[in-house]
Amino acid sequence: MKHYSAFAIAREALRGHTGWERAWRKATPKKRYDVVIVGAGGHGLATAYYLGRNHGIRNVAVLEKGWLGGGNTGRNTTIIRSNYLQDPSAAIYEKARSLYETMSQDLNYNVMYSPRGVMMLAQTEHEVRGYKRTAHANALQGVKTEFISPARVKELCPIIELRGPRYPVLGALWQDRAGTARHDAVAWGYARACSNMGMDIIQKCEVTGIRSENGQVTGVTTTKGDIACGKLGIVVAGHSGHLADMAGFRLPIESVALQALVSEPIKPCMDVVVMANTVHGYMSQSDKGEMVIGGGADGYNNYTQRGSFHHIEETVRALIETFPMISRLKMLRQWGGIVDMTGDRSPIISKTPLGNCFINCGWGTGGFKAIPGSGWATAELIARGEPGPLAAAFGLERFREGRFIDESVAAGVAH
Amino acid sequence: MLTLTCPYCGVAADETELHPGGEAHLARSGPDSADADFESYLFLRKNPRGVHFERWRHSHGCGKWFHAARDTRTMQVWGTYPAQVTEPPQDLLAAIADRTA
Repeated sequence: MKHYSAFAIAREALRGHTGWERAWRKATPKKRYDVVIVGAGGHGLATAYYLGRNHGIRNVAVLEKGWLGGGNTGRNTTIIRSNYLQDPSAAIYEKARSLYETMSQDLNYNVMYSPRGVMMLAQTEHEVRGYKRTAHANALQGVKTEFISPARVKELCPIIELRGPRYPVLGALWQDRAGTARHDAVAWGYARACSNMGMDIIQKCEVTGIRSENGQVTGVTTTKGDIACGKLGIVVAGHSGHLADMAGFRLPIESVALQALVSEPIKPCMDVVVMANTVHGYMSQSDKGEMVIGGGADGYNNYTQRGSFHHIEETVRALIETFPMISRLKMLRQWGGIVDMTGDRSPIISKTPLGNCFINCGWGTGGFKAIPGSGWATAELIARGEPGPLAAAFGLERFREGRFIDESVAAGVAH
Repeated sequence: MLTLTCPYCGVAADETELHPGGEAHLARSGPDSADADFESYLFLRKNPRGVHFERWRHSHGCGKWFHAARDTRTMQVWGTYPAQVTEPPQDLLAAIADRTA
């Protein structure tokens, strides 16, 4: 792999850009790998990357039924934050946030991490109390956040209307080291680094069955033939239930559609991320100038990667109240992703009833921000066969034992 | 927009008039059940990529709970039926089997 640098750009400029190579090799599946990861989204690729980097396991294939990063990694609103209430959540999301800070250097790939700050608006008295509690919890967890006044909200985000008729802004939970990153680049950067370690990234290769003997996984059946493996990692977000069905177990997961939309590009008007959880809306401005808007998830199971129109309407209606200046903006694109919701709105990084088969899923509406921490923890689980400190609380058994990591109350709706 | 016909009042209701209630025909666990039974009842779901039997409430209409069979890949609605049953009606299952065979 050729190193990306300012020098490389100058060299290629002088020779007509003829020397750039593919970011990752096109691979055909081998007969056997030490580890097969199903799903080449951010979480799957990060898992493969940290298997190689932290644990020296490089005979790895990452299988993807569509194209790399074409699922939720390419469909989110790119927000990164770690201001969670519960300790296990704060630990893994803060690990992820800190890895994002140095990701461009680690991967030699510009993921455009922008620590522009994220504010979560408190628009009811209950939210004020809730976010103050979260700020105190974050102080104990070593995550730097603070509860800020409406005046400070206005200073950080001048386009906001503090005295909306339904939901006035009463303050906000502010994390100044949170922000956004370029979502595709995260997948591409990990893929390039994995390929450079000799791993195979195989696109358009759908897993159609999981093979096992004596309760131990032995391989997968795919649209590109049978592939044997020592260990299997299932990292497929919304389609986790489908893969678990192949492996012979059920999950505490329901798949629903979550939508996002972007406006036409406008001049820079907002350099922070604003989330308004009471009214189910959040917004930031991309580097291209588009206002990136996300809202609530649908209430029913769905695999269509679309979503209900009335949710878009509710989100936009609420945001127009908080940001009156966007009322004349044209919306450019709308899309949906299939998110995997657990009962406690916390993820699953776990062993499964099938031996040597591991699963990473349940990130629900908030997976992008967790990618590096999730990959780090899942790689540790797969390499050692037992969860490390980051993953320990996220096992499947918590639903049987009642040890929930309840973020559904703690984080409001947007997650 | 998703439209379901309420089997009680007969109204073809838009989804904004309805409230989703999740997977149908779950076997309810009682006080003496094992932890695994409670886990299954409370959390484990079929979550199929295909025909899903689910509960809905006609919350902004007659207020009744009912069942629907809907394909989660295509949003095709196979039919709706009353809530007072523990499994889908045979004619609905036969129609689905006939069309998806």
